[in-house]
Amino acid sequence: MIPAAFDYARAGSVEEAVALLGLHGDDAKLLAGGHSLLPLMKLRVAAPAVLVDIGRLADLRYVRDGGDHVAIGALTRHHDLETSDLLEREVPLLRHAAGQVGDPQVRHRGTIGGSLAHADPASDLPAVVLALGGTLVAAGPGGQRSIAAAEFFRSIFESALAPDEVLTEVRLPKVGAQPWAFEKFSRRAQDWAIVGVAAQRNNGTTGVALVNMGPTPVRAADAEAALAQGASAADAAAVADRGTDPPADLNASADYRRHLARVLVARALARMTG
Amino acid sequence: MRISLTVNGVAEEADVEPRLLLVHFLRERLGLTGTNVGCDSTSCGACTVLLDGESVKSCTVLTVQADGTEVATIEGVSAGDGALNPLQAAFQRHHGLQCGYCTPGMVMAATSLLRENPHPTEEEVRVGLEGNLCRCTGYQGIVDAVLETAAGGSR
Amino acid sequence: MTSLVGASVVRKEDPNLLTGRGTYVDNLQLPRMLHMAFARSVEAHARLRSVDVSAALRVPGVVAAYTAADFPGLPSLGGPAPALERPTLAVDTVRFVGEPIAVVVARDRYAAADGVAAVQADYEPLPVVPSLDAALADGAPLLFPDLGTNVVNQIPLADDAEAELAAAPRRASLHLVNQRLAPAPMEPMAAAADWGPTTLTVWASCQAPHSVRNRLSALLGKPSHEIRVIAPDVGGGFGAKAAWYPEFVLAALVSRRLGRPVKAMETRSENLVAMTHGRDQVDDIEVGFDDEGRILALRVAITQGVGGYPYGDAVGLPFLTMIMAAGCYRIPKVVAGFKAVLTNTTPVSAYRGAGRPEGSYLIERVVDLVADETGVDPLEVRRRNFIPAEAFPFTTHMGPMYDSGDYQKSLAKLLEMIDYDALREEQAAARDDPARPLVGLGFSTFVELGGVGPSAMMEGFGMLGGWESASARVNPDGGVVLAVGTSPHGQGHETMFSQIAADVLQVPFERITVVHGDTAAVQEGIGTFGSRSTPVGGEAVKRASARLLEKATQIAAHILEAAPQDLQVEDGRFTVKGSPDRGVDWPEVANKAYRPTQLGDIEAGLEATARFDPNSLTFPSGAHCCVVEVDRDTGRVRIRRYVAVDDCGTVINPMMAQGQIMGGVAMGIAQALYEKVAYGADGQPLTTTLAEYLVPSAAELPRFELGHTVTPTPANSLGAKGIGESGATAAPQAVVNAVVDALSHLGVRDLEMPVTPERVWRAMQTNGGAR
Repeated sequence: MIPAAFDYARAGSVEEAVALLGLHGDDAKLLAGGHSLLPLMKLRVAAPAVLVDIGRLADLRYVRDGGDHVAIGALTRHHDLETSDLLEREVPLLRHAAGQVGDPQVRHRGTIGGSLAHADPASDLPAVVLALGGTLVAAGPGGQRSIAAAEFFRSIFESALAPDEVLTEVRLPKVGAQPWAFEKFSRRAQDWAIVGVAAQRNNGTTGVALVNMGPTPVRAADAEAALAQGASAADAAAVADRGTDPPADLNASADYRRHLARVLVARALARMTG
Repeated sequence: MRISLTVNGVAEEADVEPRLLLVHFLRERLGLTGTNVGCDSTSCGACTVLLDGESVKSCTVLTVQADGTEVATIEGVSAGDGALNPLQAAFQRHHGLQCGYCTPGMVMAATSLLRENPHPTEEEVRVGLEGNLCRCTGYQGIVDAVLETAAGGSR
Repeated sequence: MTSLVGASVVRKEDPNLLTGRGTYVDNLQLPRMLHMAFARSVEAHARLRSVDVSAALRVPGVVAAYTAADFPGLPSLGGPAPALERPTLAVDTVRFVGEPIAVVVARDRYAAADGVAAVQADYEPLPVVPSLDAALADGAPLLFPDLGTNVVNQIPLADDAEAELAAAPRRASLHLVNQRLAPAPMEPMAAAADWGPTTLTVWASCQAPHSVRNRLSALLGKPSHEIRVIAPDVGGGFGAKAAWYPEFVLAALVSRRLGRPVKAMETRSENLVAMTHGRDQVDDIEVGFDDEGRILALRVAITQGVGGYPYGDAVGLPFLTMIMAAGCYRIPKVVAGFKAVLTNTTPVSAYRGAGRPEGSYLIERVVDLVADETGVDPLEVRRRNFIPAEAFPFTTHMGPMYDSGDYQKSLAKLLEMIDYDALREEQAAARDDPARPLVGLGFSTFVELGGVGPSAMMEGFGMLGGWESASARVNPDGGVVLAVGTSPHGQGHETMFSQIAADVLQVPFERITVVHGDTAAVQEGIGTFGSRSTPVGGEAVKRASARLLEKATQIAAHILEAAPQDLQVEDGRFTVKGSPDRGVDWPEVANKAYRPTQLGDIEAGLEATARFDPNSLTFPSGAHCCVVEVDRDTGRVRIRRYVAVDDCGTVINPMMAQGQIMGGVAMGIAQALYEKVAYGADGQPLTTTLAEYLVPSAAELPRFELGHTVTPTPANSLGAKGIGESGATAAPQAVVNAVVDALSHLGVRDLEMPVTPERVWRAMQTNGGAR
């Protein structure tokens, strides 16, 4: 219930945050909405010596038309995404998925940047960003760099961000009214997905990414390839779990997760053609 | 660290440890014991308050994060003399509470829900309260109270 | 005045609770108060070689840290024999993860948490017994080696009924698991103590404050009149807060030692391993029946999990299962027996229903099995076996007598609320349409045991008796104060008892206050558990009110210069029968009651006390139906309808009675579909937060459709049976029967709780495939 004590620093800018991370190295973690980090700290599963609070960087909270993409500031909260008219028009998959994260109270605090940087394969938004083929923008001591979503998620709780980098923006292609689907299978409404599917058609190609089917969000690559070769939705869904490494835990065995992945991909694809 | 915030319309200043959870600040430093602690995994919602008008789980907010914000607790949405606001009165009419421990959090979550969705369907109320657990009521009285309040309190 | 008994009066308790004015223990702030927290065993079974608190003592803000060695003569938490007692703080052996090994006392809870984290213990692991099977296996490690076994209590089968079973035309077996549950009230356990120069005051989130006081007195060697126990607002109890916890004794001892008030509230993670668990029972059943579905013989062998120490009720709960094993049915031959078994897990004690849900579950699953085997409709099987209405009071196979009931009537009422034929047609149509989910119907006609209980029985459980007390007094201005020995934790006693008293006294509901949960303010009481507060407490309130009315009538008669027997009271006024113009109002009677100059020979004062000792238990019953949809692909179960008809005899407050049913049914559905306390093979608990232990939210639960029938009980003059545990007793089997029904065409006969989507999916695979 009570986190271990830590030192606290507030960053007044991204540059300051980067500098503080560089100063404290492995001892420091960023604090945005806190709804990935604080639960771990309250159970003393995580005990960073320093928290660098970037929660007040109001200019990292935005959903903007970036021309050929939608640009989302890393501190945009799930609630902001859920209620964004721009996303409803241009990337409805994200708008919908953001509305499924946790519960309303969590969505009032949790941020897209925090969720992506936390790199929990059981979270919804990493798979969404992967399915959309988004780009993550990070600021570090050497300046800014862009990381493709496919390269961003390295392993469980491990992203491509260096310890002294701050995720500042997420760029998603404008997919408009092209078919999409999001299937989240959880025990209770507030729970993480046992398995989830994010799917998006974009200019004839369908991206399908899976939640909680491995140490990172993972593309259902064989299913995508089958679709590209003209396979039916049912046939593509039948191979949706190939190349995955689903966990076994209290909620489900690996076998059941594989089965669910196939079922949910089939449902997602049916939604997209129906 | 020195912080200042407004709680139930009153300006407060305090020197707090960075790790002090907002729920403990409210309960122990300000004596606002209406907000309860029911879990340690951000699951139960008993600690729900409004932060800048939106429901949050105060057990998962550091007091330092609430610096410069406006916080409303159950005490703040209640009249001082025990009079009940329309949502609270509906809770009473519909027997939406038994032991009362989840109730302040439930009322605050429902308050926020109705602000964002003034005319919810039953399904929207149930899903809208997905973050608030109750062990006593089976939820039906709570759902009916929220629906009645949304409809303008027909009784 | 319209009778308030039977009216859905809104609750007096609510304004405080709705406005954040609840008085839960952790809200208590006393000058110089310290916070106490436990360091707990991380091993399931180990020799505790040493506990080192020196690092804890160095944590800033920590004032003290103690182990058992610091309290010579520390009383234990109890047990059935000295060698089996559970220590308040572990001494040389730990027997479950979460067992307290030290306490840390600090100026605030943050320092206390840091202190706890700094406590170091040296364990020598012992072989772990993580499950009932492991505990009973040949050569199993023993939790108490001197006992020679892990079976700590048993009642063997009196006979094996083999003759009757063999003689039956048909026979079947069933192995049922009533899984371990965590009561998880929204308020975890909390206690505080202030041991001053003469008086010890203890605040405890408990269900029986007088009992806590008496036990503290015995354990601490302090006379009971110098101890005050207060149960303020209690955030749910469900039976688990009737157990005995180390906080109660240790907060007091630490307060005495340090000369300061001490408070302890566990976190939820602690609560899920430290508060007693419920259920953990396995039932092996043999049933003999005929082709018409009449049940001829039933044999039930119960294995009851006790946990790491036999200090809770678990050693006796299966006895209640035995009593209720035949349910609503007249079965010629019923035999039952149990073994209570130790495992390296949290101790088990009473949890909503406490042994009766286990009984109801098993017999209702048996009935559906019989229906499945014979092809007789499950409702018809029930009808053919029901104890008929004219057979009440009905002596059960083990002796206790069901007081009243009309099971056919409850079932008939249920069938008015559902269109059974249409549902069966829909089920058939859905079965044949691969695009539709499977539909299942499950029934639960149940009877449960309440109104505990006759004192002879309760003395056997170690209590003073099974009575309950109420006192009523009228203040000089006519305001009424009731003090009752029950101790609510959400049940609305203040409202309910005011309704009863208002009817007897003919004073307005608003002019009555009910006091409870304070041994200084309330006469000796027994407490709230076993669905007793209405049938036993309510009757005590009624009798105390009647006694008070007698005195008031005497005074009114004196004022009116009439004979007391010529007076009646109605709507706040005493009048002479037949002369309505000759009367006196209650406030005037109340005022004069304290003025000897106005009373002649009558002694001043207006108060009365009553204790009601019931001669019998009560047996609420009902008929529930659950309609489910099962997703053919994922196995997910959705409850489409839940319809409940309940019979608790006379209903005092219908709205509150419905609240008890809905809350209980919610717990029962949670058992059927969501909750389970899980342990690994190493005895490590796996469901340690509410993220893993799946208490459902409003989003997971259906709207409930409720009806009721009334068969009053002769056990008290109210005719009320109590209802608090009925929902949890009825619901699990209604849901499980429904899911099994949905899958029966695939050959599925049983599903273990919780019926998770994966379990359903596997059953569909194993038994013939989804489509």
